[in-house]
Amino acid sequence: MLEIKNLHASINGKEILKGINLTVKPGEIHAIMGPNGSGKSTLSSVLTGNPAFQVTEGEVHFYGKNLLELSPEDRSREGVFLSFQYPVEIPGVSMVNFMRTAVNEHRKYKGLDPMSASDFLKLMREKKDLVELDNKLANRSVNEGFSGGEKKRNEIFQMAMLEPRLSILDETDSGLDIDALRIVANGVNKLKSKDNASIVITHYQRLLDYIVPDFVHVLYKGRIVKSAGKELALELEEKGYDWIKKELGE
Amino acid sequence: MEIEQSYIKIYKDFGQLIKDNSAEVMNRERDKAFARFEELGFPTTKLEDYKHTDIRSRYAIDFGMNIRRVEFPINPYSVFKCDVPGINSHLFFIVNDSFYHDPQGDTTNKEIEDLISQGVLIGSLKEHAEKQPDLVAKYYGKAANVQNDGSVAFNAAFAQDGFFLYVPKNVVIEKPIQLINVMRATTDTMANSRNLIVLEEGAKAKFLVCAHTMDACNFLSNRVTEVFVGKNASYEHYKLENTSYNMTNIGSLYVEQSEGSNVLVNEMTLHNGFTRNNICINLNGEHAEALLCGMAIGDKEELIDNTTAINHNVSHCHSKELYKYVLNDKATGVFAGRILVKQDAQKTEAYQSNKNLCATKDAHVYSKPQLEIYADDVKCSHGATTGQIDDNALFYMRSRGISEREARMLLMLAFTNDVIENISVEALKNRIHLLVEKRFRGELSKCAGCIICKE
Ligand SMILES: Nc1ncnc2c1ncn2[C@@H]1O[C@H](COP(=O)(O)OP(=O)(O)OP(=O)(O)O)[C@@H](O)[C@H]1O
Ligand SMILES: [Mg+2]
Repeated sequence: MLEIKNLHASINGKEILKGINLTVKPGEIHAIMGPNGSGKSTLSSVLTGNPAFQVTEGEVHFYGKNLLELSPEDRSREGVFLSFQYPVEIPGVSMVNFMRTAVNEHRKYKGLDPMSASDFLKLMREKKDLVELDNKLANRSVNEGFSGGEKKRNEIFQMAMLEPRLSILDETDSGLDIDALRIVANGVNKLKSKDNASIVITHYQRLLDYIVPDFVHVLYKGRIVKSAGKELALELEEKGYDWIKKELGE
Repeated sequence: MEIEQSYIKIYKDFGQLIKDNSAEVMNRERDKAFARFEELGFPTTKLEDYKHTDIRSRYAIDFGMNIRRVEFPINPYSVFKCDVPGINSHLFFIVNDSFYHDPQGDTTNKEIEDLISQGVLIGSLKEHAEKQPDLVAKYYGKAANVQNDGSVAFNAAFAQDGFFLYVPKNVVIEKPIQLINVMRATTDTMANSRNLIVLEEGAKAKFLVCAHTMDACNFLSNRVTEVFVGKNASYEHYKLENTSYNMTNIGSLYVEQSEGSNVLVNEMTLHNGFTRNNICINLNGEHAEALLCGMAIGDKEELIDNTTAINHNVSHCHSKELYKYVLNDKATGVFAGRILVKQDAQKTEAYQSNKNLCATKDAHVYSKPQLEIYADDVKCSHGATTGQIDDNALFYMRSRGISEREARMLLMLAFTNDVIENISVEALKNRIHLLVEKRFRGELSKCAGCIICKE
């Protein structure tokens, strides 16, 4: 579904991604790990079309479509979803209004009529239950005054609402307490099917106990320097990144 | 003084005619006001208070004035249906510069009769000034800044009529009183009108002023409103401007507050070519409270200037001021907010905030908050910020499938929310939310649903 070839990207003239290659097929879960500042969030931003970054080289195809040509909104409507490492607060825009607009824009893209108010509220309720999102949060402005963990839970709630084909979870586990981690991971697992895929960015093996990856990649200095099965995450947890740096001759 | 000359000539030639068609009380200070105008002229950009707002050049058009009070052949009651659902207001019109008398006697309907039986006076200022000269003379011209502002002096020289409301002690008018200023003409026209509102002790009233234009001519309106709010009285003043690019609106509002009175002023410009609002609130009695809000939405080359002053003349008063601007294209916003706390005005609380959103690079806001505090035991603050649309928020919304246009609209709407929330008339509040949304969507070239504007 997703094919990334030799992807280079920079911000303010500084190259961050230096040739990423990655193929994701339906039903797969890919974990991306790597030291701070290696470019994991940059990759998420570039895949979702953040205009702050410039793609300087390479290609990305999503179900055959040239993803890099699409606007951020069209990428979302095509089924790409990013759970932000740092979700944005939007004072004055209510969660309900935000989600209704998003859901209806997705429907419009598919040629469907807007959802009725009652159907929409029913859908909200259903998905809120899935991630055990507090009712009070859904009545507030988007992320405004949410705690770190609440924001992350809200990301997964939005993911549940939009039912993406590819979800990129950028450190969704950070800031979550142990119970919340399980709830969020359960939510992700419930949404999983043979037709959708996930890229899970994390620093910790813990999340991967719940969301078991098919592949683990190490991103280092803007490149994927190692890929293996789920056992790689355990090895990294135990040994850190030094041995990989050594392998690279650093 | 070229621009002024033609108006000076009009006054010299037709001064008597102006007086003949107005009330004696309004004429008493007329010559003096004219003399002052002759001295001052229209305000120029050399004046600090008009630095960014070239009001004088707006008068350069050869406007016609309806000195003879020829009635314009429309009945606004029959063509105007205010589409604010459930607003259920007492409705009055000023057509250009004259109070409009409904031939069907709408101004003397059952509810109005009931108010009149309680001692309320409502209707044409000219007529009430003729019928109750002592009452009107007690207040007329007592608050307006004729001495220092050439534009206000001009109004005092030329205004012949307007709206009058008198609410006696402890009388509460539940329904909002709605005054619609309609500009209607076949040639470029100027209107000077004068409103006077008096609330006696413990009285309550809500006043909504709407500005509309009907024709494609150039219009200029210069309207001065004086409001006297008695002890423990409560007054709400809403102004909604939704006109056209060829309209210049100069509105001056002077509010005098007595002890324990409560005033809310909320002036919203959704659409207008050139707006200058002068607002001055005097807190003259202890424990008076004032909430002054405003919102300006501008695009193309529109200019909206709100120059405000809140004077804490005595102790223990509270004031809060909130102004927000959202500007697109090459629009200009001007905000000047002066808060004066006099020496004896201890225990004053005064807060001011001005926040602006420039959605394009060519939109500009000039913001000048000004605190002048001569008392030591006070709580005062002010803050002004001008920013762009938050790129992070924009991207976040787009990443959820919301189009850039819609996302911008939601962000601009969110930005103006708190001003709109300061409307206590629920039906009006809901309506403004909708109108603002339409405005941001570009669907509101004129007031939605207003039959006058639909033409
Ligand atoms: N706006 C920016 N301007 C300049 N440099 C930036 C900007 N955003 C990111 N970078 C740089 O790009 C590099 C990669 O950042 P990125 O956020 O992708 O790392 P990461 O792998 O997600 O790290 P972490 O594990 O800490 O989340 C870092 O060196 C960072 O400082
Ligand atoms: Mg990151």
